[in-house]
Amino acid sequence: MSDDAILRIDNVTLRFGGLVANRDVTLDVTRGEILGLIGPNGAGKSTLFNLISGTYQPSAGRILFEGEDITRLPAPERCRRGIARTFQVPRSFDSMNVVENVIVGGLARHPGAAAARRAAIETLDFVGLKHRADAVAGELTPPEKRRLEVARALATGPRVLLLDEVLTGLTPSEARAGVELIRKVAERGVTVIMVEHVMEVVMPLVHRAVVLHLGRVLAQGLPTEVVRDEAVITAYLGERHRAA
Amino acid sequence: MTSTTLAAVPAASPEAGFAARRRRKLLVAAVVFAAIAALPYGITDVYLQNVLILTLMYAALSQSWNILGGYCGQISLGHALYFGIGAYATSVLFVNYGIVAWGGMLVGGVLSALVALALGWPCFRLAGHYFSIATIVIAEIGLLLVHNWDFVGGAMGIQWPFNPDSWWTLQFARDKVPYVHFALGLFAVVWFVTYLIEDSRWGYWWRAVKDDAQAAESLGVEVFRSKMAAAAVSAFFTAIGGGFYAAYVSYIDPESVMSFRFSLLFALPAVLGGIGTLWGALVGAAILIPLTEISRSYLGGTGSGIDLMLYGVLVMAIALARPEGILSLFRRTRSARNQEATP
Repeated sequence: MSDDAILRIDNVTLRFGGLVANRDVTLDVTRGEILGLIGPNGAGKSTLFNLISGTYQPSAGRILFEGEDITRLPAPERCRRGIARTFQVPRSFDSMNVVENVIVGGLARHPGAAAARRAAIETLDFVGLKHRADAVAGELTPPEKRRLEVARALATGPRVLLLDEVLTGLTPSEARAGVELIRKVAERGVTVIMVEHVMEVVMPLVHRAVVLHLGRVLAQGLPTEVVRDEAVITAYLGERHRAA
Repeated sequence: MTSTTLAAVPAASPEAGFAARRRRKLLVAAVVFAAIAALPYGITDVYLQNVLILTLMYAALSQSWNILGGYCGQISLGHALYFGIGAYATSVLFVNYGIVAWGGMLVGGVLSALVALALGWPCFRLAGHYFSIATIVIAEIGLLLVHNWDFVGGAMGIQWPFNPDSWWTLQFARDKVPYVHFALGLFAVVWFVTYLIEDSRWGYWWRAVKDDAQAAESLGVEVFRSKMAAAAVSAFFTAIGGGFYAAYVSYIDPESVMSFRFSLLFALPAVLGGIGTLWGALVGAAILIPLTEISRSYLGGTGSGIDLMLYGVLVMAIALARPEGILSLFRRTRSARNQEATP
């Protein structure tokens, strides 16, 4: 286990009554990497995001961020320390316009509204949404909403960014633009953990992939290795056969 | 070089555009307030002046409610409690201790804010409708307590002594114009506070809490603290309005300042005009309060329930036709214009 781990998930289990959503998940996230978290529906990917961002607290196990135990910290405190996330279904603040949405994120890093506004406009420029700054958030198209989610999270000045299916449901050209944006974010030194189940999109982008299945870590390694892993193939094909 | 700078002038930086819009809002407000301040010199009829005073007072109170209900999304139907605290604090301090209403309103405001914080502690753990129900129940308990509390007059209430007209005691028996100006001043203050809050940390936090509390938390928003702060500010101004009302009518009893009817009357104008907006409460009050007063005076004692039926009809009409309130009619056209201007 290296000191390069910015985030360490140590034997984390989460139970909802009788249902075990995550079981003994142990995972090191290396500073600066783009980590893909993949797995079939119901594998526990979003649950793990909720545990890292503080929406849920684990039934057992610990979560360390920058070497400090954050297992019991509330979500806003984790955000201030540098963990930001997007949601699988975009959750924009629809009574506000686009720039105001991002200001909410900016306030995590800047004490005053004016500074937060400046940061928000910069962030909108970075994600390519500046021209929509004054639009009401509810009127954005779905791909624009995804960008807004990313902008809002980036405005908090994260060191780890959790992206929950930001590329899902996009057209191929929109997805390519999304991939470019994620590369740009990573180049800024932000560690990215992304949940996707569209493998063809994620695999070329991520440095490392972790496969979750039924709440457990099934495999991890280079994307090229992971897709050849017997257990992974079974988990995915089995799922597909049932779905078809 | 010169031509590019010239070309850049209309499309100024987003921040400059925002600052200009903020200044324009202040200017509009100054014009509106000046126009209202001149109204009582044109409308000399005492009955109509009374309607104007009540309209402005309910606009101010509804704007106070709007801070918690409209901006932070916590629908309180128990604000009569804070109104009552303000009215009773002001009355008791003036009648029993000779402290003028200005001081009494401040004491009532602070007391109300403290009560709001104490009640918020358990209540803000409740979500949505459960929160609203809790506020109704707590306000009713407050009403019963005051009913049986002899120190504040119990069911008999408190009668203010009559004094010469003066801004010092806030008592005017002969001329209603000062009350118009006080009510307008109160609305202007609450409006300006809301205006300042809109572009502040609390303003953004409150709206985020209203729209999606879980997403807000993930962005560093302290949800519970946001609700508490909104409740305290809202309760403070509601109590100031209660103090003013006591001075205006010179006699209060539990039913006349703390009944559920008031809680409704604080929420409805903002809902009608546009919840979570700067002008919704005033627009809503300007429609609702004159209607109430006219229906009451025409129907006399027999029509005491008619005004409540009117509210019901209005609220249903708004809910069906325009759930965002009357002001949204104007906003829709403006955003459509903007889109045409910038393709």
